[in-house]
Amino acid sequence: MLSVPCPWCGPRDETEFSYGGQAHVAHPAEPDALSDHEWSDYLFVRDNPRGPFAERWCHSAGCRRWFNAVRDTVTHSFLAVYRIGDPVPEIS
Amino acid sequence: MAEAATPVSPLAHLARRLATAAGAVRLREVTFLAQVNLRVDADGPAAPNITRALGAALPVAPNTVARHRDTSVLWLGPDEWLVVGPPGSQGRLSGELRVALVPEAGSVVDVSAHRTVVEIAGPAARAVLAKGCPLDLHQQRFPVGRCAQTMLARAQVVLVPRTAEEPAYWVFVRASFADYLAEWLLDAAIEYGPGAAR
Ligand SMILES: [Zn+2]
Repeated sequence: MLSVPCPWCGPRDETEFSYGGQAHVAHPAEPDALSDHEWSDYLFVRDNPRGPFAERWCHSAGCRRWFNAVRDTVTHSFLAVYRIGDPVPEIS
Repeated sequence: MAEAATPVSPLAHLARRLATAAGAVRLREVTFLAQVNLRVDADGPAAPNITRALGAALPVAPNTVARHRDTSVLWLGPDEWLVVGPPGSQGRLSGELRVALVPEAGSVVDVSAHRTVVEIAGPAARAVLAKGCPLDLHQQRFPVGRCAQTMLARAQVVLVPRTAEEPAYWVFVRASFADYLAEWLLDAAIEYGPGAAR
């Protein structure tokens, strides 16, 4: 069981959260201008790094807020949590 | 013409059985509390009016409760609170809050029928809750004045410690989950009941 540090509630069990995939995937400014290939890239293709990964989480059974987190995909440890709209924190 | 029906609380059918848990754990339903969901910017122009209407400032620290007389204000999120008052006060509460909200965007919704409350009290109350809740409910970590939205036996609940004298909690649970959760609590409390082997 992961312990996920909600920026509002503090550490809670993973079962209280839902996962929202990669963070900072911007909606295309002009969706109509995209080719089918570019549109499918936007919809389906995500980074799959080994190591720190910025992703979205929602404390769905708690305060119900969405937030962003940097999680190490190797160790599962949470390196940082930050609010929606804030830039990705520097991970040293 | 339909006649005015007598309201029936979600756990009315279990009242007798809940009352039989009378050992180190006591269970009862707290019926028909007024519950009003409030969404507003706590730093916005409506905040002073809301403080006046509630008699207390909105608690902005996560998972805390502000109380004034018979009304409690539970933090649910950075812009969301649950105002809990005595049965029947939902009309007055939501009316006053709606007036207070006027200068700003926000919402006031009467959600009194959404959840009922199970009170669990007694020396073993914490041990029973711990069977289905991962939070540290010890008095030092979760004293009166705090609240938490979490899972109890896989049901979403809002937990509120009630007194410092002995372990006693209000468990806010959706009406549709109340029967399941009450049965779970009755089962979990058996070993602390009057007939239990010591
Ligand atoms: Zn939270």
